[in-house]
Amino acid sequence: MANKLLLEVVTPTKLVISSDVDLATAPGEDGEFGVMANHAPLLASLKIGEMRVNDGSNTTKIAVSGGFCEVSNNKMTVLAEAAEKSDDIDVDRALKAKERAEKRLQEAKSGREDIDEARAQAALQRALVRLKVTGRA
Amino acid sequence: MPSLKDIKIKIGGIQKTEQITKAMNMVAAAKLRGAQEKMEDFRPYADKFAAVMGELGGSVNPNAFPLMAIRPVKKVLVIAVTADRGLCGAFNANIISASEKYAKSQVSEGKTVSFLCIGKKGYHYLRNTDFEVVDYVTDCMAAIQMQDARKMGQVAINLFLEEKVDQVQLLYGRFINVVTQKPTFKRILPISKEGLGGEEAKGDDEGPKATYIYEPEPERILNQLMPMYVNVQIMAAMLETAASEQAARMTAMDNATRACEDMIHTLTLTYNKARQASITKELMDIVGGAEALKG
Repeated sequence: MANKLLLEVVTPTKLVISSDVDLATAPGEDGEFGVMANHAPLLASLKIGEMRVNDGSNTTKIAVSGGFCEVSNNKMTVLAEAAEKSDDIDVDRALKAKERAEKRLQEAKSGREDIDEARAQAALQRALVRLKVTGRA
Repeated sequence: MPSLKDIKIKIGGIQKTEQITKAMNMVAAAKLRGAQEKMEDFRPYADKFAAVMGELGGSVNPNAFPLMAIRPVKKVLVIAVTADRGLCGAFNANIISASEKYAKSQVSEGKTVSFLCIGKKGYHYLRNTDFEVVDYVTDCMAAIQMQDARKMGQVAINLFLEEKVDQVQLLYGRFINVVTQKPTFKRILPISKEGLGGEEAKGDDEGPKATYIYEPEPERILNQLMPMYVNVQIMAAMLETAASEQAARMTAMDNATRACEDMIHTLTLTYNKARQASITKELMDIVGGAEALKG
């Protein structure tokens, strides 16, 4: 169908999703943006966040961590270092990751220099997004 | 001539070895399939990445990016990717000797060489040489993870940005086909402009090239993508080395199995000859004895 957009989310390990959709919303570096069919060619970098995919009445949520997205010829390709559909997320693991990241951040603030604060911050972000996507945050 | 019993024991031992090498061959074949699949899964990502980098790289000024800075090369960093395990023929030895040869030629040109090791075999060898091993990851080739590639990429990028090294070479076992693997060097830093707009970039051209809307500006996107690009290349090298390792092991074990068969064949011949000789000898004794009684 001409008024659909082909969305592909690719990570180093697998093709997370490849389907025709009505609207895809992605967390851009400079703010969230939505892409529909016949969008002008676009190249945007993404931050850690939540992607929403609307197809008819269905909405799929995908947690993406970093990467970028390209839109051309009615096709949207998202390249992310990691991406999971909400059903595929391991909630326990995300919760543990969140706790761990919070602890590390605490330690970093209390003056331990061997901890990379930016990395801990990013890990926390990822965990939070995963939890948000599954609706548990 | 060894006794019949000795030969029999030897044949038994070789048969056991043959069983083991045969099993290892089959395990390697199964793992090779897995490794090849992983390589295939990674390819769309890497291709797309290269295509986008090409798209962006064509339009920017290389001097604006520290990761593209070309300096006179005095210090070279080699990221050597080897297997974690042996028993795969000369596979690891080939990579190691290639790295050493390269390092020595660089040193003779007055440059210094340091190493980053991925994979146990390379690390265990190189740490005992005169070259500095800056950092390493081992036990990572069985389940290849992006985070290992990222860790090494980060180290390499930091060294490069701090101007502690001027060039980064990636050395890995290139998978040409199941019977051929070749240690191959690839320069990953500084990122070259040709590398960006390389042949991978000229992939599926559908219709006329449209001008893209960039968000944020191309420079900022590129600044983010470049480190990731380095990681992607390291990751690709690791996946390829893993596939090569299994292929090399398959061939090595196949050869070993065949060598066992040959040995068993010759030993069986010797065994039969020895047995026949002893029978003949006994017969001669009996016949000789009978003759003597008659006479």
